[in-house]
Amino acid sequence: MTEKWKIKAVVVGASAGGLVALKKLLPALPATFPCPVLIVQHMSPQSDNYMTRMFNNLSPLLVKEVDEKEVILPGRVYIAPPDYHLLVESDGTLSLSMEEKVNYSRPSIDVLFETAADVYGAHLMGIILTGANADGANGLFAVKRKGGLTVVQHPDDAESPAMPRAAIERVKPHKVLTLDEIIELLSQSKVCL
Amino acid sequence: MKLPVAMEHRDFSTIENIELELLLQAVFLQYGYDFRNYSRAHVKRRVKHQMVQEGVKSISELQDKILHDRNNFERLVRTLSINVTEMFRNPEFYRSVRENVLPILKTYPYLKIWHAGCASGEEVYSFAIMLKEEGLLERTQIYATDFNPDVIQQAGKGIFSIRNIKEYTTNYQKAGGKESFSDYYHANDELVIFDKNLKKNIVFAEHNLVTDGVFAEVNMIVCRNVLIYFNRNLQNEVLKLLHKSLITGGFLALGTKESLMFSDEEKKYKTVDAKQKIFKKKHD
Ligand SMILES: C[S@@+](CC[C@H](N)C(=O)[O-])C[C@H]1O[C@@H](n2cnc3c(N)ncnc32)[C@H](O)[C@@H]1O
Repeated sequence: MTEKWKIKAVVVGASAGGLVALKKLLPALPATFPCPVLIVQHMSPQSDNYMTRMFNNLSPLLVKEVDEKEVILPGRVYIAPPDYHLLVESDGTLSLSMEEKVNYSRPSIDVLFETAADVYGAHLMGIILTGANADGANGLFAVKRKGGLTVVQHPDDAESPAMPRAAIERVKPHKVLTLDEIIELLSQSKVCL
Repeated sequence: MKLPVAMEHRDFSTIENIELELLLQAVFLQYGYDFRNYSRAHVKRRVKHQMVQEGVKSISELQDKILHDRNNFERLVRTLSINVTEMFRNPEFYRSVRENVLPILKTYPYLKIWHAGCASGEEVYSFAIMLKEEGLLERTQIYATDFNPDVIQQAGKGIFSIRNIKEYTTNYQKAGGKESFSDYYHANDELVIFDKNLKKNIVFAEHNLVTDGVFAEVNMIVCRNVLIYFNRNLQNEVLKLLHKSLITGGFLALGTKESLMFSDEEKKYKTVDAKQKIFKKKHD
């Protein structure tokens, strides 16, 4: 079923419980993963880049906090810095913004997903993981509207089911999967270009 | 179709993107405010935000309103200028200025500091307090500028909501503050009013970094969290303007997430603090 998608980028949104989920997901991606992965994980504005460094140590891919206006490269994992929104530009660079919080969050999953959907259209895969709020539901809706592939972690499989539930209700996503199945999907060589 | 160089990297694959380009052209031609090289993703989000507020269905409809009614244009400027700011935002930055910059600035008999894109002034008053504690305020001329007239007016008053004062007090202490923060203001139920003496040497003025020229020649420029709203080309242009406005040996302070990394200007500076984004201008 995924054959019809030719994915060029993956966006991931996670909140409460996301650290554990990402700690499992990121190391499982193959070193040859052909897409860029852009991640918003909700966190306190004061947090340092400990999480990013940990992911980088565990993952075969380069995991880094976004530098303002850096060019998006395939096979890299980009994490939104604390207290900034992350936006995708149509020239293939990344912008940061400190505009007001969206869904009480900065970075906000909606902001990343909506701007990414605008740029990648049908070539985007959006994934909503565990979380205790409703951020990401509108963003994932935008991904679907533009023809992208929408995936939500199964609420029963999520440490916090509220965010997956909100996304499922709003979007009727293409796939509702356990974390293991999401990893399997991403590892299929056919999905990503 | 061949596009002008500056437009080559833009995406005109949707009607919406074309409408957005036309809106920004129209605003520039009619009002002289140039948002054409702002971060497009950011501008698009904000324009959509205004569309919802004005109850219009397309960017073209919004353009009609903005062209024919200046009030709508002013609302657009407000929407596009993100004024989020704090006192002693990133305390480690202030600590680094205290340790690495002020000792050098102290060697000058007379100083000028320019806060470009100062928003409602929290950053400027934070600097004034720090300069006072380091015995520098009396011999410093501070320029505080922004292109949004509303926030400049607010900044001139030095009155802020009491809501955030706890957080500011913590920031002040972490930033290496030497006194009791409450000595610098009077508070009532809602507001904190900062000591008038702090602003004795501050000039508040409107200045647009994109369309106006060099503002003054100064010893230090603080331009934090402004460049992030520009695309790379515009960042380069504005960085050139900032470079011209600094004396040799002068300091440039950018926001924590900004850098000279992608700019031609990088080689014209020596890094003072890589993490806190403080740079020192080399010889011209
Ligand atoms: C996020 S605030 C930064 C405030 C403060 N420097 C800080 O870091 O807390 C960005 C400010 O840049 C101003 N700005 C945006 N474009 C500008 C321009 N072309 N010229 C001058 N100021 C501009 C906005 O009005 C806004 O007040």
